[in-house]
Amino acid sequence: MPAIEVLNGNSAAAEAVRQVNPDVAAVYPMIPASEITEKIASLAADGQIDTEILTVESEHSAMSSCIGASSAGGRVFTAAAARGLAAEHETLFIASSLRLPIVSAVVNGALSAPLNQNTDHSDSMAERDCGWIQIYSENPQEAYDNIIQAYKIAEHMEVRVPVMVALDGFVTSHSAENTIIEKGDEVAEFVGKFEPLYSLLDTDNPKTIGSGTGPDYYFEHKRNQLQGMINSRKIIKEVGKEFGDRFGRYYGFFESYKLDDAEFALLLMSSSCGTAKEAIDRLRSRGEKVGLLKLRVFRPFPVQELKETLAGLKALAVLDRVLTPGSVGGPVFNEIRCALYDLEKRPRIFPYVYGLGGRDIRMEHFEEIFADMREGQTKTAETGAAVRFINLREEDG
Amino acid sequence: MSLKNWRKLTIGGVNLEPGSALKNITASFRSGKKPVFNPDNCTNCFFCWVFCPENAIIVDREKITGINYDYCKGCGICENECPVEKEKPITMEDEPVEY
Repeated sequence: MPAIEVLNGNSAAAEAVRQVNPDVAAVYPMIPASEITEKIASLAADGQIDTEILTVESEHSAMSSCIGASSAGGRVFTAAAARGLAAEHETLFIASSLRLPIVSAVVNGALSAPLNQNTDHSDSMAERDCGWIQIYSENPQEAYDNIIQAYKIAEHMEVRVPVMVALDGFVTSHSAENTIIEKGDEVAEFVGKFEPLYSLLDTDNPKTIGSGTGPDYYFEHKRNQLQGMINSRKIIKEVGKEFGDRFGRYYGFFESYKLDDAEFALLLMSSSCGTAKEAIDRLRSRGEKVGLLKLRVFRPFPVQELKETLAGLKALAVLDRVLTPGSVGGPVFNEIRCALYDLEKRPRIFPYVYGLGGRDIRMEHFEEIFADMREGQTKTAETGAAVRFINLREEDG
Repeated sequence: MSLKNWRKLTIGGVNLEPGSALKNITASFRSGKKPVFNPDNCTNCFFCWVFCPENAIIVDREKITGINYDYCKGCGICENECPVEKEKPITMEDEPVEY
């Protein structure tokens, strides 16, 4: 029988790592992800995992060490957050370009200035084009489930692309909930044994990893790398189903909540979806046809599946938890509007920004958005894609 | 030399052929001048061999014997470092540029 434990998101993530038992973990503490690295270091010190812990001097070094360890043929883990993920920026591209199946927990946090350690998606959205698969978690259970699946996705021979598993800082990372922890041997069996594609330690077959090239080959290499991300679409679905068949919790690119007959819907990611579901339940009890699409996989962006699911709506509000100055709405809004453009009949799509630096979003805010959408049907043609801010003080208060 | 299409490259661009960098004839970008070696004036001090950034000075039985034009990029460091003052063993001479 699986155990039900009261765990916060960081502890749940560490439990997944304990059961996957990677060969190497590079650790550097950064709030709010520090607890993951501390727990893994403790597990290694207590002999509960075989993982070699590398205590490095920055996140740039952490990801560089992961690249080295993965190239050497090891299964690798690291955890990053906010400013630390930004420090990894350059090395994230190297990891994905070398097709190294590294798994990193990313505990989402705001970027300076002002200095703020609370959650928003500024950090991982800044890395949306670095070639990593991005999976977002609503709660500790999903953080645990997603890390286990991440290894199976990343290490699939058709994929070989690193995976970020994101969870919201503090709201998820430091809030304890009932979390089902599966039996260790079942998780190990599900994830399987890691087989490196190439290993630098295989000295009978010498090789060069990370060499240079000129304009005559660089473009071909980038196209070749892209194939792993393309292949991952199929594998993410298969792994989500296989996980469900074994453990009872099924995963896809997204979760549809009361969408079947919905006229108006919200689309967002991570912890705020819990509140959104409550708001939708309340509106449904008043007879309103409203729903939620909780986006789980942002990279690769599930274009086809979203088109099929969202086509019948009258209007859709896309909520980004990041400010992208000078853009036409946030990154999720951008992708969604672009994805649905080719539909003959498509919903009106409105961009919202919420929750920066840990700002709350509550039930009444979601209700305001639905009211806003109903009015927007008739009055906002002229405002176009002007982003609306949720729970921002326009007046002293 | 035919160029491979993207499907034929290894995953992650891993190079599985040791020593294959030798196939990359880097001297193709030498333009305008090349060093010419005259063994009669050479004192075999090996300054050119030490300073050459491309390891393009050919040595045979402890004597300088010539220049490897596959890898010489025409920088002229060998001529500059050569301590022989008159009738230098290495001189930079004009080379027609192929486009």
